[in-house]
Amino acid sequence: MSNKEPLFSAKNRKLLTDPLGKSNPITVQVLGICSALAVTVKLEPAFVMALSVIVVLAFANVIISLIRNSVPNRIRIIVQLVVIAALVIVVDQILKAFMYDVSKQLSVFVGLIITNCIIMGRLEAFALSNKPWPSFLDGIGNAAGYGLILIIVAFFRELFGSGTIWGFQVVPESWYIDNGGFYSNNGMMILPPMALITVAVIIWVQRSRNRDLIEENK
Amino acid sequence: MNTQGNTYTIIYASVMVILVAAGLSYAALTLKPFQDKNVQIEKKQNILSSVHLGLEAASQPNKQKYIETLYEQYITEAFVVDSKGNRVDGNAFAIDVKKENAKPIDQRTLPIFVCTMEDASKNYIIPVYGRGLWGPIWGYVALKSDFNTVVGVVFDHKSETPGLGAEINTLQFQEQFNDKQLFENENFVSVKVVKNQITSKNPHAVDAISGGTITSNGVDEMLHDCIIGYLEFFKTQKTLSHE
Repeated sequence: MSNKEPLFSAKNRKLLTDPLGKSNPITVQVLGICSALAVTVKLEPAFVMALSVIVVLAFANVIISLIRNSVPNRIRIIVQLVVIAALVIVVDQILKAFMYDVSKQLSVFVGLIITNCIIMGRLEAFALSNKPWPSFLDGIGNAAGYGLILIIVAFFRELFGSGTIWGFQVVPESWYIDNGGFYSNNGMMILPPMALITVAVIIWVQRSRNRDLIEENK
Repeated sequence: MNTQGNTYTIIYASVMVILVAAGLSYAALTLKPFQDKNVQIEKKQNILSSVHLGLEAASQPNKQKYIETLYEQYITEAFVVDSKGNRVDGNAFAIDVKKENAKPIDQRTLPIFVCTMEDASKNYIIPVYGRGLWGPIWGYVALKSDFNTVVGVVFDHKSETPGLGAEINTLQFQEQFNDKQLFENENFVSVKVVKNQITSKNPHAVDAISGGTITSNGVDEMLHDCIIGYLEFFKTQKTLSHE
């Protein structure tokens, strides 16, 4: 490309926005489901997890894209893993140092970002064959698409499971049966299966709004 | 340059690993002091919450400072005793309770934290450490100066099952221990964690967690095995206060 492309050209903007909707890593590609179950009981850990994945994926994409021409093809997966693992460890250490309580809630799941298939998927599919800037946008976009679903799921699970949002009580105390009301938190929402069901409902809504996503019957 | 050859690949991998290792070590070393500080603050917070202090710390703008001020204010003394109840040298805060509990009772050095409340009454806080289902569990037990009545407890765990064994760190479980008693007619019975019994009238038992039997048993054993080391100390203190 001799004539310089603007930083936010239509093509680059698509890299950011597509993963939020029609190529969403969770609801369309169904990747990274396992962590979506684990960290979505409350909004705050879901948010921190989303942020961590954005940081890791954006920088891993940039780093891999920068060294893409020098990586020996035979060990490229190992190189990708080393880059991801190093970034994840740094994120984990920073969380432990400055957001101790949240890092305790996320516990092993920060470490498990390493195995999040979204990340290796993007490195292999995009960063290895694209320049750093589009790779950076692609990383942000995909991680944000992942984070968006995480936050939506966490919002509903926390609201119905604990009656709170971001730790603040939103269901009036007087509604609860203990206080003579009629309402009780749905304990099911806190358990992992409800995360899958919530994700499934999101997929359902998304597919009924965007018919292109529905596979044709053969 | 041939980027697919063996030599290139090996050199590439080696250089990359060394660079990454150096970077990570640097990050770990720079962040270590902050992490250690967090662990210390958490320990202080646990000690305080066993006597029902500092429970509102999470909503404070500067949690670390808040906990430290409270700790300075209330924890007036911390010392170490041996299993005969004699004071020995040592830093109570730095003692590794896990290692001490692995030793036979007569070789243990046992830390005690003394908390002086507003009404000048003293509470004695002892750390406990045991095994849950998946990993270690630990906590602090605060006793009144009769060395019998429990003021409060706090428990935590490494990796118990959420919703089941992990419930030991909830207030509902811990509140049951308030005002329970360790001794029945001068005999040490500890506080048992039991199933299928009415515990509200029993001063030596609390309800176990449904579905968390192994963790509940772990708490039960932990309390018994850790407190038993302090019995001589309790005895000497009780005779002192009678004289």
